[in-house]
Amino acid sequence: MRDRAWIFIGLAAFLALALAPVWQSALHGAARKPEPKIVTKAKQCVEPTAEMRRNHMELLNAWRDTVVRRGQRTYLAADGKTVTMSLSGTCMSCHPNKKEFCDACHNYLAVSPYCWECHIEPKEKS
Amino acid sequence: MRVVWSLLLVGVLALIAFFGAQAGGQALFGIVLPYLAMAVFLVGVAARVVGWARSTVPFRIPTTCGQERSLPWIKPASLDNPSTGLGAAARVLLEVFTFRSLFRNNRSELREGGRFTFSADKWLWAAALAFHYSFLVVFLRHYRFFAEPVPAVVAWIQGLDGFFQVGLPVVYVSDIVLVAALGYLLWRRLADARLRYISLHADYFPLALILGVALSGVLLRYFSKADIVAVKELAIGLVSFHPAVPKGIDPLVFVHIFLVSVLLTYFPFSKLVHMAGVFLSPTRNLANDNRMHRHVNPWNPPIVGHTYAEWEQEFHDKLVASGIPLDKE
Repeated sequence: MRDRAWIFIGLAAFLALALAPVWQSALHGAARKPEPKIVTKAKQCVEPTAEMRRNHMELLNAWRDTVVRRGQRTYLAADGKTVTMSLSGTCMSCHPNKKEFCDACHNYLAVSPYCWECHIEPKEKS
Repeated sequence: MRVVWSLLLVGVLALIAFFGAQAGGQALFGIVLPYLAMAVFLVGVAARVVGWARSTVPFRIPTTCGQERSLPWIKPASLDNPSTGLGAAARVLLEVFTFRSLFRNNRSELREGGRFTFSADKWLWAAALAFHYSFLVVFLRHYRFFAEPVPAVVAWIQGLDGFFQVGLPVVYVSDIVLVAALGYLLWRRLADARLRYISLHADYFPLALILGVALSGVLLRYFSKADIVAVKELAIGLVSFHPAVPKGIDPLVFVHIFLVSVLLTYFPFSKLVHMAGVFLSPTRNLANDNRMHRHVNPWNPPIVGHTYAEWEQEFHDKLVASGIPLDKE
């Protein structure tokens, strides 16, 4: 009887919490889709774009392991080209704009890759 | 057999979404059904809770798992047999966070030579705890798809969950624990003949369904690597009420979303609603003060008394005629 008020307070709190994303989107407005900026003139990355979009993390992880653990620096791409496995040397030569390229999607999805715990972050104007 | 039906049903649901999404049903599986499921979930759970709130509790029926409060020199079990509202609240919270009632789980077995044994069985408790907490972590992590900017708490949870930094995308501990605990909880029902006998579709289906949700999620993250920028666009569209299905979403995403929609729809009508019910179980949330306060049943009719003196007055002549002695002389 006297507890009914507590139950309804609890229920209201639950409903408010369950709809938290709705309140947040109402407060912050519609989020815009991230557009990673590509500054290079090259037609294609190490592998085709679709493959890179999907699997770049696996490729970078494999590169890290091959370079650090086996000391090999030559990567044979699917189309027969050879590339030097190096984040700062190869990746960053086409994509020096970490803030506009890497971070665009990573921040949007709260992905925090630990590349920069060993590598030095490129100096950029924000 | 029942478990086969449940697993089969979840498999069929997954296939429906997989092929349905490819056959042009993306708006159905990505927008219409999630909205409907969420509405059914919220209204359904609220209706169940309101229904419970409206039912009368004429008498306190707490389960007493310890010494009741009595004389001052007898130590009461203030959590297992709470005599105050605060104690009862603490008991409910401990139940919610640590599943103390499952901790008391016992196992009775007839051993060789006709020996009957009782022993503590903590596996159910451990697996239930592992399942619920890992599911909570997985649930909270998904907030990153629904909010922009993503709250810092979500990032911390992700960091902690991926602490071991195995592979890329980083393997989350909660994913492994979730699937392992679900697997154990399913196996537990199948391994023991008695437990299998009392297990119903309503027991297997939620397990199979959540397993389906978890496995489709694991596939999406580690294997098929769905385009999560597009997935987040879809999710943000849903929560901002400007729904649109972006191009290039993996059909498996729709399987995941559809299974979650089924889970949400099923929720208020099944045992899963214990999420709300655990707070309202009268055997846990009431203080055992029946001997301290008088609880009057609210719907009792007023008691019309009839004292002995009145009775004697009523039958006065007959009592005198029978020679029965009267009080009032």
